[in-house]
Amino acid sequence: MAKKYDAGVKEYRDTYFTPDYVPLDTDLLACFKCTGQEGVPKEEVAAAVAAESSTGTWSTVWSELLVDLEFYKGRCYRIEDVPGDKDAFYAFIAYPLDLFEEGSITNVLTSLVGNVFGFKALRHLRLEDIRFPMAFIKTCGGPPSGIVVERDRLNKYGRPLLGCTIKPKLGLSGKNYGRVVYECLRGGLDLTKDDENINSQPFQRWRERFEFVAEAVKLAQQETGEVKGHYLNCTATTPEEMYERAEFAKELDMPIIMHDYITGGFTANTGLANWCRKNGMLLHIHRAMHAVIDRHPQHGIHFRVLAKCLRLSGGDQLHTGTVVGKLEGDRQTTLGYIDNLRESFVPEDRSRGNFFDQDWGSMPGVFAVASGGIHVWHMPALLAIFGDDSCLQFGGGTHGHPWGSAAGAAANRVALEACVKARNAGREIEKESRDILLEAAKHSPELAIALETWKEIKFEFDTVDKLDVQ
Amino acid sequence: MPFQSTVGDYQTVATLETFGFLPPMTQDEIYDQIAYIIAQGWSPVIEHVHPSGSMQTYWSYWKLPFFGEKDLNLVVSELEACHRAYPDHHVRIVGYDAYTQSQGTCFVVFQGR
Repeated sequence: MAKKYDAGVKEYRDTYFTPDYVPLDTDLLACFKCTGQEGVPKEEVAAAVAAESSTGTWSTVWSELLVDLEFYKGRCYRIEDVPGDKDAFYAFIAYPLDLFEEGSITNVLTSLVGNVFGFKALRHLRLEDIRFPMAFIKTCGGPPSGIVVERDRLNKYGRPLLGCTIKPKLGLSGKNYGRVVYECLRGGLDLTKDDENINSQPFQRWRERFEFVAEAVKLAQQETGEVKGHYLNCTATTPEEMYERAEFAKELDMPIIMHDYITGGFTANTGLANWCRKNGMLLHIHRAMHAVIDRHPQHGIHFRVLAKCLRLSGGDQLHTGTVVGKLEGDRQTTLGYIDNLRESFVPEDRSRGNFFDQDWGSMPGVFAVASGGIHVWHMPALLAIFGDDSCLQFGGGTHGHPWGSAAGAAANRVALEACVKARNAGREIEKESRDILLEAAKHSPELAIALETWKEIKFEFDTVDKLDVQ
Repeated sequence: MPFQSTVGDYQTVATLETFGFLPPMTQDEIYDQIAYIIAQGWSPVIEHVHPSGSMQTYWSYWKLPFFGEKDLNLVVSELEACHRAYPDHHVRIVGYDAYTQSQGTCFVVFQGR
C-alpha cells in the first residue's frame, strides 16, 4: 500500500535500525566503531550512521515517496559492545548493492565515509571493516598482474622479493640517482624504489630519472644475470601527466611503475591500474597519508579497509608496515590485512581484526611490502611474519652499510637466503635467528659488517592502535 | 701515515636467482630442500640449460615433471642422472604448485661451466 507524506523529523531508528534483517549475499556490509554524544541511545546513533551513509537526510522529504526506499536504504542489523571501550560500540550495517556504481571504490567510499563522519550526534566514528560482496568484486579490475604473474615476470620463486628505497630521498640529480640504483641492484637486490616524495622536482625532472634508472636496471641485469626492476613513480599533478610518465616507462622497457594511491586518489589509481593491465606493466603502490586516516583507534578508517580497497582498485604490491621496524602496526592486525591482500578467502577472525568472511573469488593477490626502519637483524622475523609473498625493503639498512649500497644489498640478500634455507630445512627461524645469521656471515664479510653495524638498533614503542581485546 | 681504508671493494657477481648468494649446498642441505618441496605437496621438476641460456624463461625439462612424486631418493637420483647427461649445464629443481600454477620454489643444484 502506498505511504502518505508526513513532513517533519523522525527518529532515524524507526527506519534504519532493523535488528531482524538477515543480510543478503549481495549486500555490502560494513562495521563501524561508533562513539556517540552523551545521552544519545546506541540504536539511534547506529541508525543515523546507516541513514547518513545511504539514503537518509535529517528531515523527511516528499520526494522519498517517489521511490521504494525500503529497497535502497542501508540498515543497521546488529550492535555489539567494543571490548575494553565502554563508550564505543560496533554497528554492523548492510547496504544494498544497487547503491554503488560498478567497479567504483571512489563511489563506495564517498557513501560510506562521506558526510557521516562529520555528523554532530557522533563524537567519533571509525570504519573498521567492509565485506565486499562477490557481485561487486566481479565488477572491479583488481591487481593488474597479481602475485603469480609478477613472480613469472621477475623470475623470483621460493622467497620474498628484496628491495630498497633510494636515499637520500630528495635532492639527488638524475645521474647520481641512477648510480645508487645500479649499486643496489648489482649488489643483489631485485627491485629498487623511488621514494614517494620523488615526483618531478627541480633538482631531478622525471624524464632524467627514468632514463638513468633504465640504464642502471639494464646494466645490473646484464652483469648479474638476474631480472631487476625499479618502481618508477608516476604519481603526478594530473592524470594526463601520470599517463605520459607511464608511457615513457614502457618505452624504456621497464617492468614496473609506482603510484601513491591515497594522495593520488582512488580514481587515478584505478585508471593507472587499468593502464598497467593493458600494457603489461606491474604496479607498486605506496600509501602516504594512510596514518592520518587509520591511526586513531576511535576515528577514521582502519587500514584493513584501505588495503581491501586497494586490492579492488588495483595494485600488485602494497605497503603494509613492518611490525618490527620504525612504523606503527601490531602483528595480528597486520596478518589480518595481509591475508586480505593475498588469499582467495579470508574467514572472520576477530583475533586478527577481520570482522567478516571475505571471499575474493578469482581476484589476483597483492604482494605485501614491508618497508621502513628495518635492517638485517630483523630478517628472520620478517620472513616468519610475511612469508614468501612479500617484498622486504631495506633503505637505511642497505645504503647505510659501511662499504656502500652494493655491499649492503649483498648482506641483505645473503641474510634473506640463509633464513629461507633454514626455514625450509625445518629450523625455527625466529628462535634461532642469531645462529642462522652468524653462520651465514661466516661466508659473507658484507653480512658480518652489517650485523655489527646495526646490532644495537631497536624500535620498541607501544602500538597506538591496538586490536580491541580485553 | 700510510693510507688505510676499512672499506671493502664489493665485486658484482653473476648469480642464478634463489640461493645464488649462498655457498654451494652440501648433499644433506640439498636433501633438506627437496624434502621441503615434497612436504609442501609440490611436484618436483628438474630443468637444465647451457649457461649461455640461463636467462631464458624456459629451460629444458629433464624427462617430465615428477607429478606427485614423494620419494626423496628418486628425485635425487634423477637430479644426478640429469647432471651426468648434461655435465656442462645448469641443473635446477622446481617445486611446482599446480594449485597456484606457480613455482613454490626453484633453485640451481648443479652449476654448469
